[in-house]
Amino acid sequence: MKCQEILERLSEYLDGELDPKLCQDLERHMEDCHPCLLFVDSLKKTIPLYKYASCEPMPKEVHLRLHDYLKKECQGC
Amino acid sequence: MLDLSDQTLVEKVKKGDYQAFEGLVNRYEGKVYRLAMRMLRNQEDAEDALQESFLQVYRGLKSFEGRSTFSTWLFRLATNVCLMKIRHRGAEPAKLLPLEDYLPQHEDGAHPQMQEWPERPEEVLLNKESREKMLEALEELPAEYRAVFILRDVEGLSNTEAGETLGISVAAVKSRLHRARLTLRGMLSGYFGKRDN
Repeated sequence: MKCQEILERLSEYLDGELDPKLCQDLERHMEDCHPCLLFVDSLKKTIPLYKYASCEPMPKEVHLRLHDYLKKECQGC
Repeated sequence: MLDLSDQTLVEKVKKGDYQAFEGLVNRYEGKVYRLAMRMLRNQEDAEDALQESFLQVYRGLKSFEGRSTFSTWLFRLATNVCLMKIRHRGAEPAKLLPLEDYLPQHEDGAHPQMQEWPERPEEVLLNKESREKMLEALEELPAEYRAVFILRDVEGLSNTEAGETLGISVAAVKSRLHRARLTLRGMLSGYFGKRDN
């Protein structure tokens, strides 16, 4: 497997959707290819980072305005 | 209302029980708000999208047949409301660069220099400035790619659910997700690189 092929299949690999044979080839390739190993590692770390960067919880006043708005708008539905 | 299933609440709403509708709103408002904030990155727009989404839910519930789960249907509505808002802004970012631009370049068979990321990058990104950088990177993705990434990797929907939500095939979900991840990785790599230099 060449580096380029590895990189094209990485999401499938990380999501556990890659064919087992290709998975083995990929892991064998990474044993000898440090740049690919680092690339996989950084891609793997990218995904959960966005869960940590979650935005602030919904402000209480947004909740109150939503319920007021819906009560008013839904009356005519 | 707290212990009733979505399906039971939906049936009650169809029979005119407004409290049941409020139960559904209470259950999902936080998730829809977070989705809208990530998609739109603006509190006012996110609040508008939140209100519009739930109003559409209320109006559409009578014809909701339950072919998908209530939550998938709700996410589909909310995502489409956000996508419409982005289109109306008229300032959609440029299309994604070719995939090769986010992959390491190999010249004459030589391996490129790769930056090793910190063991726990989330610790680096816990401060507000770093979080902003990440959300800016997310905003630079075309909206359709951003939506796939948020639904799949942030909200944890399956490929099938994300496809149903966006009205695209599973193959399209996978392809967009891969492009989005590579793009975000590339942008964050630049950030980690700058921090180390």
